[in-house]
Amino acid sequence: MAKVASSGTRSILRHRGGFSAFVEGAIKFFCLLCALVSVLTTFGILFTLFSDSLVFFSRVSITEFFGTTKWAPTYEPPTYGVIPLITGTLMIAISSGLIAIPLGLLIGIYLSEYASSRTRAMLKPGLELLAGVPTVVYGFFGLFVVTPFLKKFIPGIDTYNGLSGGIVVGIMILPLVASLCEDAIRAVPRGLREAAYGLGATKTEVTLKIVVPAALSGIMASFILALSRAIGETMAVTLAAGAQPALTLDPRESIMTMTAYIVQIAKGDIPAGSNAYYTLFAVGLTLFAMTYLMNVLANKLVKRYRQVYT
Amino acid sequence: MISLAGRKRKDRLFQVLCLIATGIGVLMLVVLLWSIFSQGVPRINADFLTKPASYKPENAGIKVALIGSIWVIVLTGIIAVPVGIAAAIYLEEYTRKKNRFTEFIQLNISNLAGVPSIVYGLLGLAVFVRTFGMGRSILAASLTMALLILPMVIIVSQEALRAVPRSFREGSLALGATEWQTIRRQVLPAAGPGIFTGIILSLSRAIGETAPLIIVGAVTYARMAPKSISDPFTVLPIQIYNWSSEAKEEFKVAAAGAIVVLMVALLFMNSIAIYLRSRSQKRAG
Repeated sequence: MAKVASSGTRSILRHRGGFSAFVEGAIKFFCLLCALVSVLTTFGILFTLFSDSLVFFSRVSITEFFGTTKWAPTYEPPTYGVIPLITGTLMIAISSGLIAIPLGLLIGIYLSEYASSRTRAMLKPGLELLAGVPTVVYGFFGLFVVTPFLKKFIPGIDTYNGLSGGIVVGIMILPLVASLCEDAIRAVPRGLREAAYGLGATKTEVTLKIVVPAALSGIMASFILALSRAIGETMAVTLAAGAQPALTLDPRESIMTMTAYIVQIAKGDIPAGSNAYYTLFAVGLTLFAMTYLMNVLANKLVKRYRQVYT
Repeated sequence: MISLAGRKRKDRLFQVLCLIATGIGVLMLVVLLWSIFSQGVPRINADFLTKPASYKPENAGIKVALIGSIWVIVLTGIIAVPVGIAAAIYLEEYTRKKNRFTEFIQLNISNLAGVPSIVYGLLGLAVFVRTFGMGRSILAASLTMALLILPMVIIVSQEALRAVPRSFREGSLALGATEWQTIRRQVLPAAGPGIFTGIILSLSRAIGETAPLIIVGAVTYARMAPKSISDPFTVLPIQIYNWSSEAKEEFKVAAAGAIVVLMVALLFMNSIAIYLRSRSQKRAG
């Protein structure tokens, strides 16, 4: 319909002369250029990460990078085994997931199925507030509130430890899981619920056996997105989990995530062109690849539930 | 078969479980805010707001960091807002029919929104700081930050544009207005509150961002406030990070004080956004 109208305006424009038609075209072209900035950004990210990583991998073999387990690029002699950084990152992701996934799903269910509209109106801004807290604040909270609390119960826990990092990242991604789960559950058509009630099911049975399975792809997507956020999280883990690349599964010990390493190196004044400078991009590329794959998977799942119900 | 009484008990149990989970979430929020505000609020006084950072914690203030944050945010907004709105206009108004090209751009934007912020820092370091030779300046930081919030600005602007009824456009076009006249005089004013809300939320995210600015090279100890966009700078979240890494207890209190200032600024911005949103929702409904 808009097309019919615009061909009509075009004929009027021709009578008015070329200038305003030129302005129209120029504005449209400007808008196109702005939209292309996003494509350029993607290209820039990929180019930067790949080209500088290539320099790195021409100096350090890729088998050393992914195949050895000691990360000490600034020591003499330097070693470049990225595995401890990856395990550190995964440990944060898993422990934060253990907190945020069950709690977030239950909160999502509560908000969508149980809460009255008044309770919802009070809880939603609270969740948004929690989601809007800057990550460095979570780092402070982890280091000065969570860790001292843990020290009372777990003797021998380090000042910087994976557990505290995992807990604060878990709190951080909780609002994301809760609100995405709520959206997914809310999208389940009423008819499914009513049919189940009609068969005599209790509310819990309807929720757990009908609604949650029906919303499962959206719920899974929220979990994956939250874990991807946890993997890319920087300031909270840098402050709370420490800067000690360690291949450990002990949550009481200090560890180092990929992001914490990038911050540590970038904070010091590293000379461009040194090996340490290029490790930033090799680690960055590893991080980017992990989060990108997870986001693509999550988007696929989201698309699936949208197709089914809308 | 489970008895009816058993099923009913399970029903109540699950509801209580959901309630407990929500309660834990609320409790976490309360503990987080209380632990920070109780430490930070007493530290805030006129000196704290008007003095630069210092090696002596009792003299330390946030003036330089606060001014740095304002510089970065204003410049980030100046760069990201027009580009973001124009991109949204292109995607929503100029290409109403989806084709492969616009779908590619759209996919691109949603992928960019999921890229960890620290990766934008690496992009800024390699491109703006090194290749373009901007050095550790406010300009390099703001450009990096603008790219970081751009996907969010585009997405929220698109949503606001999409909420404008078709009849607005059709009426205007039928009266002989050009496409741009229709967008400028009808669509944008109608979408204005929605776009504005989204922009405030995007900028409030940028205020709290720390990691990309550390990578781009905000200085960790600055005594002089920046005077131009090519000056070195620090921002409030980096000041918080720094003080949190110090060993002295007094610096921890200073960090809490700085967090309170940051959170109050964010709360202020968010409440404006929430207010605008609820007002425009009421008008639409």
